[in-house]
Amino acid sequence: MQDLSLHILDIVENSIDAGAKKIEIIIKENIRQNLLVLKIKDNGKGMDKNTIAKVLDPFYTTKKTRRVGLGLSMLAQAAKEAEGDFNIKSKKGKGTTVTAKFVHDHIDRKPIGNMAETIIVLIAGKGMKVDFIYEHHKNSKNFVFDTKIIKNELNDVPINNAEVLNILRKNIIKELKRIGTMI
Amino acid sequence: MKKLKIGDLEKIREKVRRTANLRQGKARAKITVHMGTCGIAAGAREILSALLKEIEKKKLNDVIVTTSGCAGLCSREPMATVEIKDKPPVKYVDLTAEKIKKILNVHIIKGNIINDYALAIGSERTH
Ligand SMILES: Nc1ncnc2c1ncn2[C@@H]1O[C@H](COP(=O)(O)OP(=O)(O)OP(=O)(O)O)[C@@H](O)[C@H]1O
Ligand SMILES: [Mg+2]
Repeated sequence: MQDLSLHILDIVENSIDAGAKKIEIIIKENIRQNLLVLKIKDNGKGMDKNTIAKVLDPFYTTKKTRRVGLGLSMLAQAAKEAEGDFNIKSKKGKGTTVTAKFVHDHIDRKPIGNMAETIIVLIAGKGMKVDFIYEHHKNSKNFVFDTKIIKNELNDVPINNAEVLNILRKNIIKELKRIGTMI
Repeated sequence: MKKLKIGDLEKIREKVRRTANLRQGKARAKITVHMGTCGIAAGAREILSALLKEIEKKKLNDVIVTTSGCAGLCSREPMATVEIKDKPPVKYVDLTAEKIKKILNVHIIKGNIINDYALAIGSERTH
């Protein structure tokens, strides 16, 4: 994976596969602490202790189509390379939270990448069935994007309509520029 | 915490309402982009973005875009499946933004399968 926005898309796909109806994506950039934290939190089916222990093995997957599972171990590796930290908390029947930490200015820290595109693609694919919340904090600035609120405002117009997605994309880019995380 | 304010939302809501086919089941075609780890690593996100932009440009309100997990054919990603009402699904492999745009214009709009990009029948195998 080239950048963190692609890792995030991939980790969120796990949440979707786990039947989550609400998925939170939280990015916190703190330059003073030189820290970047990603958190993906879902209310999907969760994992038992046994599964959590196995999940970081790049050969472990519960998928039927393939014998290797790569997503989580790839993100864990990316965090390790940037002298960070990786953690999974999960409760069977309740949900899962994946957290990855990175040294912000580490030379091997992957760039954040295009978060606007990741969010738009998620909404296009599953926005009618799943609520996505995207929070991005940079130092003292932040913004929150909540598809539940947007769906309410849109009323009977589907959030995955191409024209709607185009407007949403522009807005996310504008907000990311405002908080100083996208040029 | 600052909530995203989207001033244009109301305008777009009225506009889409006037033009779109809002009732369910009216879609003529469905495109499913495979979003497993291999797909994403191979560029599936860009395929979907290109598709959305082209759909918006052409104002195709009867085409649904969706995503699915890994299709088990990692070496041929990015992949997408095209389903046209009452026709068997067609799997396209090794996609690029240009190819998916062409698929939209030739297969979805004009109804002609692009055999050069399609997965040959019988070659479908996992792993
Ligand atoms: N959010 C989640 N909720 C429940 N189970 C999960 C979640 N994320 C991962 N898992 C479990 O962990 C396994 C490994 O996940 P991982 O993303 O590493 O690989 P994969 O999804 O199986 O395959 P790949 O990501 O390579 O397409 C999954 O098969 C699934 O059983
Ligand atoms: Mg995965």
